Amino acid sequence: MSQSAFAQAVLMPDAPLPPGLVDPQGRPAPRRFDVYRNTVAASLVAALEEGFPVVRQLVGAPFFAAMALVVLRAHPPEGPVLSGYGAAFPTFLEQFPPVAHLGYLPDMARLELLVRDSYHAADAVPLAAEALAALPVPALLASRIGLAPSLRLMPSRWPVQAIWCAHQAGGAEPPMQPGDVVVLRPEFDPRPHLLPAGGLAVIRGLHAGLTLEAALDAAPGADLTAVLTLLLRGRAIVELRR
Amino acid sequence: MLDTGSRALPAAPGVGYKPQHFAGIMADPGPVRWLEVHAENYMGAGGRPLAQLRALAERFAISVHGVGLSIGGEGALDTAHLARLKALCGWLRPASFSEHLAWSTHDGVFLNDLLPLPYTQATLARVCDHIDQVQEVLGRQMLLENPSTYLSFAQATMEEVVFLREVAQRTGCGLLLDVNNVFVSAVNQGFDPAAYLRRFPLELVGEIHLGGHAEDAADHGMPLLIDAHGTPVADPVWALYAQAVAQGGTRATLIEWDNDVPDWPVLRAEAGRAAQVLARAGARVTA
Repeated sequence: MSQSAFAQAVLMPDAPLPPGLVDPQGRPAPRRFDVYRNTVAASLVAALEEGFPVVRQLVGAPFFAAMALVVLRAHPPEGPVLSGYGAAFPTFLEQFPPVAHLGYLPDMARLELLVRDSYHAADAVPLAAEALAALPVPALLASRIGLAPSLRLMPSRWPVQAIWCAHQAGGAEPPMQPGDVVVLRPEFDPRPHLLPAGGLAVIRGLHAGLTLEAALDAAPGADLTAVLTLLLRGRAIVELRR
Repeated sequence: MLDTGSRALPAAPGVGYKPQHFAGIMADPGPVRWLEVHAENYMGAGGRPLAQLRALAERFAISVHGVGLSIGGEGALDTAHLARLKALCGWLRPASFSEHLAWSTHDGVFLNDLLPLPYTQATLARVCDHIDQVQEVLGRQMLLENPSTYLSFAQATMEEVVFLREVAQRTGCGLLLDVNNVFVSAVNQGFDPAAYLRRFPLELVGEIHLGGHAEDAADHGMPLLIDAHGTPVADPVWALYAQAVAQGGTRATLIEWDNDVPDWPVLRAEAGRAAQVLARAGARVTA
């Protein structure tokens, strides 16, 4: 019996039992094989539930569990570090007819992936607000700003940030405003924030190594004060280079 | 080449670490002297998981327990995953590294379960090659754990206990004796667990695992036990554990509780029960 046949049968509930798997008396043992089938499915459903708690709340636990079985068979994990499992889930949701009416759902799954990614990202020591405030404006504009490795960006036309916040334990319900999102992790707990006008373009420019002035030039109409305030409060500015 | 024990685990109780127990463990560890973490949960670049692990490692010996290396896999080991393990063991310098006699990955798909192996000469050669590779890359001895099994392979030609002894002799690896797995497999496969333990090479055991199991039913009305880790350790498993330490001496002993995880005092009390067995066995040795 090859592991290929075992793997296929353990993942697919309707696949035939591989030959040569028996009970102690040498008889075929379908219920014994089902222990492995059940464990594989239940553990991967649990991994998806843990990874996408807001999507699960939005569609309901029973529906999510049933959908997760479809997901794990179409997109099983490609490696043993399950903190990254589910990268294919947003695209799956875009193409899964039963949730076609929930247009914001794929972006919510994207956001939950980014939040998880941020949670495990490298640590960095943030700059104090005073370090920025001490700089004259021309010097600040000429600086390149290093951002925390835990910062994540997501363009969106849905109010996923507000929906995410409303589904946290004891979460406030911000206004249902659509827009681009930045995930910031001040210490250990990442949170998504709605980006002010032009924020996405400014931060992308800073990530690309542009000076603040060049990043602003690339984002006409950007609200610089709002962007810098957000980044400072999220302890996401870790370096200033001239 | 192999670093076999300047930082060995103490012959005392440990627990499988759960993040929700962090404050409880730090405030009152009770008899717990060491902690075991699943390697795959600490392979990120930073954040809370690594910060907690660093803090725990300052106070407790740490055992790194892999659940994803697929040592019994037909294909080659995942060298990227092996590199992640090397990096983790490099900065953490754990007292022990262990993995399972099982497979979990095939053809680039990770199935997230410890799947069974037919005990044959071909499997033996493959498992030994993979363990040689792991010990070479990590630069240390690893422990190999006996699995819980639910079915048999018509093609098998060796008993598990013979297979494990042979792997250890060929590779120089140590063994991790999971007493609950012995009991679960014994019920499921219809062998005598006490006799299995009497033949187990306890002198090669660097660590013992204890955990809870669930009861189910198999085909043809036979009982089937599931290695569920969601309940206290069962009485017959405690009895086998006492037999193992009476026979082979005291060892680092882990309580595994991975599902329906209880509050810290409940887990600590379970570790206390292991401490009593170790103390009685230790007293007999000195007497």
